[in-house]
Amino acid sequence: MASLKIQGRLWVLQRNGELISDIDTDMIFHNQYLAITDIAKMGQYAFDNLEGFKDFAKLAKPGDIVLAGDNFGSGSSRQQAVDCFTSLGVKAVIARSYGAIYKRNAINSAFPVITMPDAKASDFSHLETVVLDMEKGLLRDRKVEPMSGVQKDIFFAGGLFQYAETLKK
Amino acid sequence: MGRTLIQKIISKHGGGECAGGDVVWMDIDNRSARDFAGANVVGNLEKYGGDSPIADPEKTFFTFDCNVPANTIPYATNQHRIRLYAREQHLKVWDVNAGIGSHVVIEEGLAKPGTTTIGTDSHLNIMGAVGAFGQGMGDVDTAFAFKSGKIWFQVPESVKVTLKGMPAPGTEAKDVALAMLREFGSHTLLGKSVEVQGEWLDQAELSDCITFASLGTELGAIIILLPPNQKVLDAFSMKREEAVYADDDAVYEKEYTLDITGLTPLLAAPPNPHNVHAVSEYADTKVDGVFIGSCTNGSYADMAYAAKLLKGRKVADGVMLKVVPATRTTWMRLLHEGLLADLFDAGAIVSNAGCGGCASGQIGMTGSGEVQISTSNRNFTGKQGKGDTYLAGIGTAAASAVLGRIASVNELEEV
Ligand code: SF4
Repeated sequence: MASLKIQGRLWVLQRNGELISDIDTDMIFHNQYLAITDIAKMGQYAFDNLEGFKDFAKLAKPGDIVLAGDNFGSGSSRQQAVDCFTSLGVKAVIARSYGAIYKRNAINSAFPVITMPDAKASDFSHLETVVLDMEKGLLRDRKVEPMSGVQKDIFFAGGLFQYAETLKK
Repeated sequence: MGRTLIQKIISKHGGGECAGGDVVWMDIDNRSARDFAGANVVGNLEKYGGDSPIADPEKTFFTFDCNVPANTIPYATNQHRIRLYAREQHLKVWDVNAGIGSHVVIEEGLAKPGTTTIGTDSHLNIMGAVGAFGQGMGDVDTAFAFKSGKIWFQVPESVKVTLKGMPAPGTEAKDVALAMLREFGSHTLLGKSVEVQGEWLDQAELSDCITFASLGTELGAIIILLPPNQKVLDAFSMKREEAVYADDDAVYEKEYTLDITGLTPLLAAPPNPHNVHAVSEYADTKVDGVFIGSCTNGSYADMAYAAKLLKGRKVADGVMLKVVPATRTTWMRLLHEGLLADLFDAGAIVSNAGCGGCASGQIGMTGSGEVQISTSNRNFTGKQGKGDTYLAGIGTAAASAVLGRIASVNELEEV
């Protein structure tokens, strides 16, 4: 059963001490791989176009959590930019803000994207193990926005269409 | 605490006592997909829809308007895939003869004040023209709405814009919309629900409201919501109590005033809709083509105005005038009332109802270096061809067609 309280290593996506902002979908999952439709094969390309984190896919472990700056996932509407994390077993992304389409895509596929309006790189050490409580809205001891009711509905159903099934019962 | 128009519409559709920023489930009255992305909606429903893929066939339909009739094999194939699916599921298709989906849905009285509509057209927020909610969505969200009758939505913050005063004669709804783009650009209203009011809107025709609200997408707004005036209520045979209005003490994140007193005709020069200038600044620019139509300026009243201006006049030598009514109903009225003859005699090429010059070059594209005046809503490079597209109202478009250079309607009256 999916849980709203998870524990994992925190990837602090930073450059010169600042969380990286405007990580677009081409940095997350480059358009040269768009022909891939099998989720299992997507993970290996995650962030392979993000300067400084090109070896992310090799080093990431199931359960890891990603922390970034503003406007994460801006750009195209490609679903692969969400699915590549599921593929690696990454459990959540936390960012100061998101591209609107990215956020919809992630929520719709039951992948937790959590907003942390005042996130700072200096509050965490890279790859430290943290607890993320998406119910209470806590990352370690810092406040994040808790999941909305809608996001929880879809998260527990396992996706948007799976949620539609639960409506009929 | 008083509530804004969008909050009241969403509450009425199952969203509870929602505030800006809340994420809610909301019921959708009209669930639509157009030929663009419609086939993906079908694909999603086939994949995830299960045994009962459609919540309510009466409220669910397809509108073909981008490429009508299809002139590429992929569009033709997609449209037919949709037709077959719609037959099987007993869904209505407004097919290639019907016209622009958003206008059809208003014309049919489905999108009336206070209702909710979503679909795969990014200009569906045009429903704000009648004080209704509308929103373009991706193919996954649209398929989900087909299946469940709901979408999830983050309630936008509401802002209020008061338009002060009345524009000069010869200035039309498009010019007022362009004045909004000049004032606010594409960032100030980003992600907001923008409620607009003022003396000019109190007397505006339904078609003016449609033109004005259609540029919400270019403003970056979630929607421009206009409280229905008497003319809009009459168009739907509704009483004021049946429509939804903001509370008098509604609280807005911000309030703005835009003075439109004495406003004269404007245009948006390339390369984007925010590059707004007075028409007079471009008076010497030679024009090669003129497009009159689109969801912004394709209503019957727009076409009738164009016909009135062109009656007894001739399009200048070497200028192509392309006219595309938004819907078949408008087309039929123009035909039966003889206005089509006025357009035709002036030299216009009139095409079948649809998105026309705005999508996939249904009535031709522009070539490099070609100057076109268009009454549509986007002039990004490539959208209507490789040429330079200037966005303007009907009067400017018609006057420019006759004079062969960029001109405002007041100059036409001197000819
Ligand atoms: S006329 Fe243009 S902007 Fe309007 S719905 Fe059609 S393609 Fe979109």
